[in-house]
Amino acid sequence: MLWQNRNLAKTLSFEKRMPMTEQATGAHHPQPRARTGGQQTAAIEHVTGAQSLIRSLEEVGCDTVFGIPGGAILPAYDPMMDSSKVRHILVRHEQGAGHAATGYAQATGKVGVCMATSGPGATNLVTPIADAHMDSVPLVAITGQVSSKAIGTDAFQEADIVGITMPITKHNFLVTKAEDIPRTIAEAFHIASTGRPGPVLVDIAKDALQARTTFSWPPVQDLPGYRPVTKPHAKQIREAAKLIVQSKRPVLYVGGGVMKSGATAELRVLAELTGVPVSTTLMALGSFPDSHPQHVGMPGMHGAVTAVTALQKADLLIALGTRFDDRVTGKLDSFAPHAKVIHADIDPAEIGKNRAVDVPIVGDAREVIADLVQAVQAEHNEGHTGDYTAWWNDLNRWRETYPLGYDLPEDGMLSPQQVIERIGQLAPEHTIYAAGVGQHQMWASHFVDYEEPRTWLNSGGAGTMGYAVPAAMGAKVGMPERTVWAIDGDGCFQMTNQELVTCALNNIPIKVAIINNGALGMVRQWQTLFYNQRYSNTVLHADETGHGTVGSQLGESTAPRKGTRVPDFVKLSEAMGCVALRCEDPADLDKVIAEANAINDRPVVIDFIVHEDAMVWPMVAAGTSNDEVMAARGVRPDFGDNEDD
Amino acid sequence: MSKHTLSVLVENTPGILARIAALFSRRGFNIDSLAVGVTEHPDISRITIVVNVEDLPLEQVTKQLNKLVNVLKIVELEPASAIQRELVLVKVRADNETRSQIVEIVKLFRAKTVDVSPEAVTIEATGGADKLEAMLKMLEPFGIKELVQSGTIAIGRGGRSITDRSLRALDRSA
Repeated sequence: MLWQNRNLAKTLSFEKRMPMTEQATGAHHPQPRARTGGQQTAAIEHVTGAQSLIRSLEEVGCDTVFGIPGGAILPAYDPMMDSSKVRHILVRHEQGAGHAATGYAQATGKVGVCMATSGPGATNLVTPIADAHMDSVPLVAITGQVSSKAIGTDAFQEADIVGITMPITKHNFLVTKAEDIPRTIAEAFHIASTGRPGPVLVDIAKDALQARTTFSWPPVQDLPGYRPVTKPHAKQIREAAKLIVQSKRPVLYVGGGVMKSGATAELRVLAELTGVPVSTTLMALGSFPDSHPQHVGMPGMHGAVTAVTALQKADLLIALGTRFDDRVTGKLDSFAPHAKVIHADIDPAEIGKNRAVDVPIVGDAREVIADLVQAVQAEHNEGHTGDYTAWWNDLNRWRETYPLGYDLPEDGMLSPQQVIERIGQLAPEHTIYAAGVGQHQMWASHFVDYEEPRTWLNSGGAGTMGYAVPAAMGAKVGMPERTVWAIDGDGCFQMTNQELVTCALNNIPIKVAIINNGALGMVRQWQTLFYNQRYSNTVLHADETGHGTVGSQLGESTAPRKGTRVPDFVKLSEAMGCVALRCEDPADLDKVIAEANAINDRPVVIDFIVHEDAMVWPMVAAGTSNDEVMAARGVRPDFGDNEDD
Repeated sequence: MSKHTLSVLVENTPGILARIAALFSRRGFNIDSLAVGVTEHPDISRITIVVNVEDLPLEQVTKQLNKLVNVLKIVELEPASAIQRELVLVKVRADNETRSQIVEIVKLFRAKTVDVSPEAVTIEATGGADKLEAMLKMLEPFGIKELVQSGTIAIGRGGRSITDRSLRALDRSA
């Protein structure tokens, strides 16, 4: 009877109007995925649940796990020690494990894996899981749970992590039987890495890990309700191609989905074939070379004036793997008011969620773009080509008039933008950058050139301070031959710097630049602009008496503004086993960066003491229209159209 | 705002109701009523949800529900082409004087008297929301001591079944 039940459930999925094709996001998934069916008959091994977990991780292609053991997950750590295929990296905080797995996944395109025990171990993963959910990162989090009989009794270190993570995972599982472990792990990796990627949590009861069971691979997967659509609809593609050649002011509005599907080569072909300007969002930096003449910059709250304006003036948005986030659109009802919208995404729920769509396309970005190239070519063959000459004249004028830039501080201090720019210019080829969240993140998005995919890692959707150090660690583990720079702030750094211990002890030589302005800079910027320069609780450095402060007002003396000195980041980093340098004088900048670049056997931290009042420009104030973009403080770009606005 | 009735077929797994309820509250959708039960197939449950939303958010509701891995199929049942029923159990105050009047109302609405005691009558009624509302309005003057209502369940009219195709496939594979 049971096999019949399964059959019925499977056929039902036909009716979700999704093809039964074994999906592939188009991303390169080096891990062999378990196949539905289990035709191969492997030898049956007699093992414990814990051993079957480690065997499953090996079979699914997982080579690295970031984690910390504890009571409930302890059985899994015993066979882990014997695995020659899975490297476990003992982190110093579970949050670090989660972000490291994310950094690993973002840099390599593979599934990142983190592991923690029940209760507080699991809840410490909540932030990185939420972060991965917002940024669609393929992540598998494995947590121990108290014994199945104790679940629900408020047992020691019990937390309902499945309930807690339900809204922040793509899917999650509670496993209470040893025989379910291999199938669940296979399904978790399949769900995490396919369709729109995302985090999957597998919570395993301790008695399931301890029980005797058998192991064979591959297991039969049973996911009748999960069939992502990857192949776009041909009619919609033709419709889109028609709009592209008819439009006068089109923009390719490119999001992180293009990166995740590995569609960057296809994107370049489409862009060059059509001649349409390209704007890449924060999550898509590197999916189209910054140096390409058709690249008009990043859109959004801190986007390039040209990119923001291009979207506002466009008559057609070709939105690929992007979700019209509020940080891109600004005030939604005045976003791109003249534009028709082609919206392609692998997640049907994103299409039309925020912005009404003229041509919806559900599919994997790589397949969508490849099909669009053919359809546009067909239009060209019939003599229909887009003429965007006038549009490019406008765009080039804006680019010339409003380039990204910054002023050097008058007091001779280091400019944070200059520090970041020089790091980018002096770094070796193929360097990966991971940023924290705040001003330094935006400057890193502006002043480092991203030429290749998967070289820019950051917390875009969730805005998780403390992301940089552990994410850089994970990236370096996944791509050991690359240089990895974490661009961090002094606020962010104080949240997760303990993972430098992990780096020092596990031969993970990342480089960290602390952009130390002594303040929670982005919040401070908002206080400067919107709260009358009342700096409530954004001051990180000590006052004249050496104490902390709840705030300051402009004009009040707040001690020498020379960055955060408590803690002393140089001493702190040295204590954690890193080489630590400090740079305060612009004259030393290149020398110090070169010194850091030359050290490849240990983690390096540079404490850059930078000017406190530097601000991120351009800016669209929260809740206002993108038409109100300010190129700099008090400078609204003049597009010569103020009369008819 | 308008009411829509969704029939959601789901895998009969623990936690699926929590996933659906949490999705509605998280996305700010309003549930008017919700009823769950197993279908003709023990592995599949059917959840009937009445939501109060505009048409456009309804599309979001459906799409978000579809993203849940344990959700198999979602069908909107139009009122004109579907039968919708609720169940009411109501305990009405009754004495020798009023009991016969109450029984008269019960007959009128084709309801049933399921329990009688010296001071109360318990009535079971099924029907659409309008009919039940009308009956309760008639019973109100006698004094309603206790009322319990089920969520709406609904099924499409005609010979077709929303699990048709799956059943045919099942036949073929048998």
